[in-house]
Amino acid sequence: MSTREITLKVLRYRPEVDSKPFFQTYEKVPCEEEWVVLDALNYIKDEIDRTLSFRWSCHMFVCGSCGMVINGEPKLSCKAFLRDYGKKITVEPLANFPIERDLVVVIDDFVEKLLSVKPWVIPKVKKSLDDGAYNQTPAQLKSFKQYSMCINCLLCYSACPQYGLDNSFVGPASLALAHRYNMDSRDVGRKAREDVVASAEGIWECSFVGACSQVCPKDVDPAGAIQQIKITSAIDYVMSMVPGGK
Amino acid sequence: MAKSPKAIFWLLFAAGGTVTAFVLPVMILVTGLAPAAGLFSDALSYETMNAFVGNWLVKIILFGILSLAAWHAAHRLRVVAHDFGIRADTFVAQLAYFMAGIATVLALIALLAV
Repeated sequence: MSTREITLKVLRYRPEVDSKPFFQTYEKVPCEEEWVVLDALNYIKDEIDRTLSFRWSCHMFVCGSCGMVINGEPKLSCKAFLRDYGKKITVEPLANFPIERDLVVVIDDFVEKLLSVKPWVIPKVKKSLDDGAYNQTPAQLKSFKQYSMCINCLLCYSACPQYGLDNSFVGPASLALAHRYNMDSRDVGRKAREDVVASAEGIWECSFVGACSQVCPKDVDPAGAIQQIKITSAIDYVMSMVPGGK
Repeated sequence: MAKSPKAIFWLLFAAGGTVTAFVLPVMILVTGLAPAAGLFSDALSYETMNAFVGNWLVKIILFGILSLAAWHAAHRLRVVAHDFGIRADTFVAQLAYFMAGIATVLALIALLAV
């Protein structure tokens, strides 16, 4: 069935037996032409070594579960086609997060940060279901739609050098999602999000390296979102110091 | 979490970035490289330039360009230090902004002296 054979070098870590992570090499993994890295990992799990652990679900860049560092770059393993790589591929868990097991990382820190920016619509007046939908024009939708495409895959956190240096940084995806709700015409929660978003650990920790936007598989452009928040937050800050400003 | 005063420095940085990107290269070309290459020597003679900078509007604009460029550079240095993993942000920030402050005062003194 196979058209070629590749070698996969995978970072392993089983906390109950390994004192530290180490690389395990799987040689002569048979692959089909159209396979992605995730397919090769599944082949290893099914046919070679069933102790290998990794997260995945949809296999179509929607669920955001299978983020890994492939040949040094954060990628969705379901979107990383084997034909775009050489015969030897290195697979590591996402950087900047503790390893739970093999390619699975602990994402509690991200979940906490995501919740801290209140990523939901905070309406001015809460309507009952009988009152009908909150209407929106296509232009109003367009102003935030791009930022709503985030699938929380955490490639941006893995790529972000600021988060790597200091993980108190709220981080790219959370801030982009804060921006997504700030820009929503149905939402009035910008002030409620400012405490976290405009803090030193929020947008101001970002030095606009832009790696988050480069690795984002959904073209969310978190770096652009953060710069846009910087403008409004800086104006807010100045206005708060002007007598009569709020 | 409290709102960060970094907002003020970022505004100066952002404004300075615009100036540094769009105006400074032209200024360096017109006032530095071009005269050195022997171009528009009459327009850039000492007397002409002295009278030009003597105008209040020109003084204000030049002060804006010079001081904003200095604040831009200061904040950029702070961020570069941070990116290189130098975890002494308060010290780096104070040093960088102190230098930008000096540059601002020097620009002011130099322009008022004309």
